[in-house]
Amino acid sequence: MNIIITISITAFIVLYAGLFKANKALLPITIVGLLTALGFTIGAWNGNAIHFGMMQTDNFALAFSGVCIIGTLLIFLLTQNYFHAKSDNIAEYYTLILFALAGMIMMVSYKNMAMLFVGLEIMSVSLYILAGIRKKDFASNEASLKYFLMGAFSTGFLLFGITLIYGATGSFDLDKIQTYLVDNSRAISPIFYPGVILMMIGLCFKVGAAPFHFWTPDVYEGSPSLITTFMSTVVKTAGFAAFLRLFSDAFAPLHDFWVTPLIVIVCITLFIGNVTALFQKNFKRMLAYSSISHAGYLLFSLVVIGANSQNSVLVYAAAYTFASIIAFAVLILVKQKTGSDSFESFNGLGKKNPLVALSLTIAMLSLAGIPLTAGFIGKYLMFLNVMGEYHTFLVGFAILNALVGFYYYFKVIVAVWFKEGAEAELATPNQYKIVLAVSVAITLILGIYPTIILNLI
Amino acid sequence: MEQLLLLIFIPLAGALITAFAGKSAKIVSTVFSVASLGLALFIALNFIPDASTQFEVNLPWIADLGIHFHAGIDGISMLVVLLTNLLIPIIILSSYRHDYHNPAAFYGLILFMQAGLLIVFTAMDAFLFYIGWEAALIPIYFICAFWGGKDRVRINMKFFVYTIAGSLFMLMGIIYLYLQNPAHNFEINAFYALSLDSEQQGWIFWAFFIAFAIKMPVFPFHTWQPDTYTAAPTQGTMLLSGIMLKMGIYGVIRWLLPIVPTGVQDWATLAMVLSIIGIVYASLIAFTQKDAKRLVAYSSIAHVGLIAAGIFALNQQGMQGAMVQMLSHGINVVGLFFVLDIIFSRVETNKIEELGGIAKAAPQLAITFLIILLGTVALPGTNGFIGEFLLLMGVYNYGIWAAAIAGLTIIFGAVYMLRMYQNIMLGKTNELTITFTDIQGSEKLVLYIICALIILLGVYPKPLLHLTEASVQQLLEQVNQKLISVK
Repeated sequence: MNIIITISITAFIVLYAGLFKANKALLPITIVGLLTALGFTIGAWNGNAIHFGMMQTDNFALAFSGVCIIGTLLIFLLTQNYFHAKSDNIAEYYTLILFALAGMIMMVSYKNMAMLFVGLEIMSVSLYILAGIRKKDFASNEASLKYFLMGAFSTGFLLFGITLIYGATGSFDLDKIQTYLVDNSRAISPIFYPGVILMMIGLCFKVGAAPFHFWTPDVYEGSPSLITTFMSTVVKTAGFAAFLRLFSDAFAPLHDFWVTPLIVIVCITLFIGNVTALFQKNFKRMLAYSSISHAGYLLFSLVVIGANSQNSVLVYAAAYTFASIIAFAVLILVKQKTGSDSFESFNGLGKKNPLVALSLTIAMLSLAGIPLTAGFIGKYLMFLNVMGEYHTFLVGFAILNALVGFYYYFKVIVAVWFKEGAEAELATPNQYKIVLAVSVAITLILGIYPTIILNLI
Repeated sequence: MEQLLLLIFIPLAGALITAFAGKSAKIVSTVFSVASLGLALFIALNFIPDASTQFEVNLPWIADLGIHFHAGIDGISMLVVLLTNLLIPIIILSSYRHDYHNPAAFYGLILFMQAGLLIVFTAMDAFLFYIGWEAALIPIYFICAFWGGKDRVRINMKFFVYTIAGSLFMLMGIIYLYLQNPAHNFEINAFYALSLDSEQQGWIFWAFFIAFAIKMPVFPFHTWQPDTYTAAPTQGTMLLSGIMLKMGIYGVIRWLLPIVPTGVQDWATLAMVLSIIGIVYASLIAFTQKDAKRLVAYSSIAHVGLIAAGIFALNQQGMQGAMVQMLSHGINVVGLFFVLDIIFSRVETNKIEELGGIAKAAPQLAITFLIILLGTVALPGTNGFIGEFLLLMGVYNYGIWAAAIAGLTIIFGAVYMLRMYQNIMLGKTNELTITFTDIQGSEKLVLYIICALIILLGVYPKPLLHLTEASVQQLLEQVNQKLISVK
């Protein structure tokens, strides 16, 4: 509860600071606010408090809140030299990102489906605006409109699902729904089943799983890069946490019913995400499609719900978030210099900025899932989880897709190290250096010694 | 136990320090590689050649997932550990004439790869083995793709995707074994003790075999190899052919045979046939090669084919032969590639027909080249002989026809190798080779060391055979026992 209050208050202070044109103070205020929120997150550890029957800050919620807050913090550090070039109204950016974060905290800690909806909407509405915040840019407008229409559509599915489930069980409360399923395991109301499927569809829309992914590439490409970073990392993590909370908890007794459509979704998502990413010529679009494929790997955790699924998702989401933040940070730098985000604009980066190139390489290795990086541990846990019930063909299929993934992630490495580029050295602001260093450190530490995060939840 | 940890961490620390050593990277990496050679020799001298595992380290790593840093050395490991630590300094020395751009990265990656290889060769935890397996792959990819020749990016992508495809299926196999293991860990001895039915063993066999077969490479998984060898920088080729392909052979001996003996037995005929096809096929292609580097690459496939055949014969002679030949082949092939590199550095070509008469201009090179060549074609008195002899004996005990066909390698090998020597070194000197200067400085040093090893091991192979004998025997007994108990 403190976490949400802190973040919301910070958002308001930032808004007022913007009103008085105190642009220099925005970043420090935000960082202090987020660090305080992070402090509350750590302080509430093992508390497992229930707030008014609406939210439950168990370790699951806190761990994901932590990842979201740290991710957002790093993204805020990337604002150096970024907004000043793009907009006069920086305070709005800050405020909206903070509001979105507050929504996400609700999404990861809801106990009542009403809170899920409220959190999701707080986040989504902020994101609709953020996607279109470059008012005079056509692509940004298109992204915003597409995102809004698709988002509203998917919210409809979600709400419809919630309604049906309420109709069947008479409650929004996750525990009561679970109790209902256990008690009436032979006589579950027939309207419960479409409810589950509709909620699944709604959430798949939000996390960008195929075949509900069509908005992602355009929205990711059209939005300002920083917002894309936010959407494809932190937002996605929160979306999965919400997904997991619902399905691995409340709907777990019905696992046999919804696992088949889920496996179909996983396979389609992996296939479409990877194969389409393979043909992209644009780095940002490639990341967008690859984020679809990562959604597929993350959904693996729901195929077999075991004692460790929640931890696996946390590891995977953390690995994916920090690697993507590196990728996008380098993308922003490259784009500022060359004005393009095609693969060619990365050519020769290794010669000019070896350390930046090295960070990007580690990020790509992590996303591809090479050992000694966090991404490998994430993928390994997912495979292990699904192999636990011997879904051998599913794992085999995922491995084939991982191979395709190697191919397109290595395209970036090839461009960075093995191709000649003409551009001059990139200027790397200090804050970028911090973000890259922190993210690389997290990626490697989680890859080499994951014990520290494995038993967190 | 400290020695083994140190053995793995010296190259690792060396890699980090070399990466920041700038221009003096060459010297720094030499120091570290020689230091690890010294330590490896120390370990070898203190090694008692019985079947036990010595210098064992067992530290919890990701204990929650049953993953331990568990490594140890038995006779089989000892041999490949020696090979690795022997070849890395030679490979680094062989690069002294070159001025690679960005030397810090180049030498750092070599040392990093060494650490990965040592993990592979000593791991007693399947997960650790897998980590080492990949940790050796990433540096060699970068070495070949960064400092390689024409078309290096495409060729190395193929190499990378090929090998990682194999290893991912191996990972799946490892996870499966982990789940089958009631203790839920990756201990090699727990994996040995598993009782799997023959269908399970068949699947595991293929999951592992493909990874190892790609690495070796065994026909028909070899298609990445000639291009990669040719396009790689010489040191990359040496690493690939001298040490890396031994990962595949070692993997078969250490993991495949004892864990799924029934699977191996069921599929041994196929593996044998593939190995023998590889021998003949690669030899025939080697005949037609115009580029000496490609010729050596194909001859390497033929030699590895024979080693694989010796292993799948599943008897003492074949296995022992494979052990000796791993070491011999590593030394010889590194020597051959180095000679070709010396020639290339003088005349900018490795095309056999453009060369000729170098022996007149460079007598020392001619003699050392001849010794290496004779070692490769397994002349008695050289290191190649004892290995190939044992291998053929092993295959003969498996089946006469197999031995007859596999024996062709010796004849074929002698023909194409000597013909290559004849065309490059003998005959008329042409305008390209007339100004050829003889070997000097570091080149002399490297070639002398290699020649000395070839003759020494050829004349007195006993300590080498003694080193591995007990472990090989125990391994075969273990396999046979398991086979009997299944029946």
